[in-house]
Amino acid sequence: MRRQMLGVLAGALALFLAACGGQQPQAPATQAPAGAATEAPAAVAPTTAPAATAAPAPAGGAAAQPTAGGRLQTIISRGKLICGVNQVLPGFGNVDSAGNFSGFDVDFCKAVAAAIFDDPTRVEYRPLTAQERFTAVQSGEVDVLIRNTTWTLTRDGSVGLDFGPVTFYDGQGMMVRKDSGIDTLEDMEGARICVQTGTTTELNLADNFRQRNLTFEAVVFQEADPTFAAYDSGQCDGFTTDKSGLVSYQTKAANPADHKILDVTMSKEPLAPSVLQGDPQWADAVRWVVLATIQGEEFGITSANIGDFANSEDPNIRRFLGIEGELGQGIGLPNDFAARVIRHVGNYGEIYNRNLGPDTPFNLPRGLNTLYSEGGLLYSPPFR
Amino acid sequence: MAATTPPGQPTSIPFYRDTRVIAILVQVAFALVAIGTFWFLYSTMMDGLRRANLLPSFAFLRQPAGFPISESPIPYDPSRTYGYAFLVGILNTLRVAGVGIVLATLLGITLGIARLSNNWLLRNIATVYVEIVRNVPLLLQLFFWYAMSQAFPRVQEAISVGGLLFLHNRGVTIAWPHANADVGAWVPWLWAGLLAGVGFYIARRIQFVRRDRPGVALPWALLIAGAIALLGFVVTRLVAGQWPVTLEIPELQRFGFSGGITLTTNFAALLFGLVIYTATFIGEIVRSGIQAVNKGQREAARALGLSNAQTLRLVIFPQALRIIIPPLTSQYLNLTKNSSLAVAIGFPDLFAVAGTTLNQTGQAVPVIMMVMASYLSISLLTSLLMNWYNKRMQLVER
Repeated sequence: MRRQMLGVLAGALALFLAACGGQQPQAPATQAPAGAATEAPAAVAPTTAPAATAAPAPAGGAAAQPTAGGRLQTIISRGKLICGVNQVLPGFGNVDSAGNFSGFDVDFCKAVAAAIFDDPTRVEYRPLTAQERFTAVQSGEVDVLIRNTTWTLTRDGSVGLDFGPVTFYDGQGMMVRKDSGIDTLEDMEGARICVQTGTTTELNLADNFRQRNLTFEAVVFQEADPTFAAYDSGQCDGFTTDKSGLVSYQTKAANPADHKILDVTMSKEPLAPSVLQGDPQWADAVRWVVLATIQGEEFGITSANIGDFANSEDPNIRRFLGIEGELGQGIGLPNDFAARVIRHVGNYGEIYNRNLGPDTPFNLPRGLNTLYSEGGLLYSPPFR
Repeated sequence: MAATTPPGQPTSIPFYRDTRVIAILVQVAFALVAIGTFWFLYSTMMDGLRRANLLPSFAFLRQPAGFPISESPIPYDPSRTYGYAFLVGILNTLRVAGVGIVLATLLGITLGIARLSNNWLLRNIATVYVEIVRNVPLLLQLFFWYAMSQAFPRVQEAISVGGLLFLHNRGVTIAWPHANADVGAWVPWLWAGLLAGVGFYIARRIQFVRRDRPGVALPWALLIAGAIALLGFVVTRLVAGQWPVTLEIPELQRFGFSGGITLTTNFAALLFGLVIYTATFIGEIVRSGIQAVNKGQREAARALGLSNAQTLRLVIFPQALRIIIPPLTSQYLNLTKNSSLAVAIGFPDLFAVAGTTLNQTGQAVPVIMMVMASYLSISLLTSLLMNWYNKRMQLVER
């Protein structure tokens, strides 16, 4: 679509301008951090000649303020977070007729804003298609991308992103019509399959069929909605995306009862938030906000009962809530950032249940997305 | 000394008031500003990319692409390289642009002539069509044609037209000639027919020139070529016991048709949209070209006793063509560039494939540069051909 074209071109142009606000001393992220301390100041010298104070703080330094010129500082002075989200995937990122965004991913945007500003509403949502999303991060158009994005090596490396902790462990599935007589992928020899471009799904589909020696015909669309609409109208025999997405889309079908999701998981799809690589401090901030929701659930702290913990004797909880210690400072956030996140948005379990849990149309079992203590994969490093 | 020089002496003008010097200075200043701006943008971009460790590189072109492409004129599968996938995109764009230009020209000329017709109904239908279609955004029209194509039944319940043509919401499947094993025995007959046809045509033309009298050559030549080919066809059947080429009837399988060829809805909707939209502009160009020919030419032709159709074909149109070709070229370029809207309706053209590549590799700058270079080359090539044709059509003045 024309909007996409503009988006891509604007993204390319924005790359030109990306460096305008960026006097921050940064060495390429993949190089040894030790080198950064010595090289970086020399590299900045011509542009910020008198600003000796802009020299980077030593690693783990006590600076309470975020590094001057870093992304976090930009966000604070701007007064709001710009978050790249989905707008057509109910349960994860969706916009209602009044223009309000809601969903699992959107709640994590709110959590980051709550940690920085103590106000979950200070977020500007930027709806992005699968294809636009990486350019939006690369060009600095969005501060953070929380848009059901799978963490892969390529994206972490050559696409230039830095991923935070996994917020949702997903796997790719396949939806077919009940009357098609398809029960396994092997039944789909020669089938036409609708898939959205710019996704890991698109690649896994090819891999899975190649692996099983099956031929298929892909019908590729740039946007998620036309992809599903093409399947729903019968143009394709199958529709593939992450299983959570399939559940979400099934509710959108003209007749949801006509469709079924095959009992096959075609890939690992760990969905995680991401930022532009080369700004470790901002990446840390996002990482620990996500971890705070997980740690909060482990402690049993919810948005409802957080007041009861104010007088807790447990030093772990006191540190977590910022009552003692200076945990936030090291990553440029206020010391009580975790308490702000829980108070405004809730812990991981609350976020999950609000958007995908039993009281929602999706009723998605938590599966792998439970705490490690309950047999899941959610595990936060210690807050100390 | 400037003060002592008498007025009116050109040598006395100081250099900063000399228009020749000023002209050069202004141009130098402009060039410096342009170069400076470009250099600033370039260095800023490279800084930004370097910081994100994303320096542009074309190395990805040799990596396997890994993504499927729904239709391709050449064999493609996801294990091919990004470079090859890009080529598929270019070919798909050329395919839709090439067919589109031919059809849009035919429809456009028809429209332009219809707009000037003496028939009230025809003239007004053409006017209404032009005014509606050229004033609605193309993207909207593409969605419209695509949505219309979705109104057809699912492939399992395809509408059959005489068992040879099937309409369904994935496209149109048509019975198509299929070469059998003995096709080799028929090929020499085809060559013989072709040679005989060409030989006859040339001989007749020479005869016409000698006698200085016009006559009919082409239909006879075609008839001779066709007759020889048909004779060969039957002889091959008798000798080999099998027709050399048979019509392959599409058969409905579990997931659609096998055999025949299928024109997908995505391609058809794009082609339809582009042709119908561009033809309105071509129609207007043709109409204005015809109207621009001097009225006296038509009157003279009629006075010579030429019919209405002959006047148009032999007198008016050749002259109108000189006016029509330059703006027509722009329409061809527009059609080619507009084909990049294909991405909206799921046709894998150059822009769609490049978009996927960009997304997977993160190499925004090289990919965008490649897309721009491709469209530029296609457009320049089209212009070149049209300019050459334009030159041939111009009046040769003595």
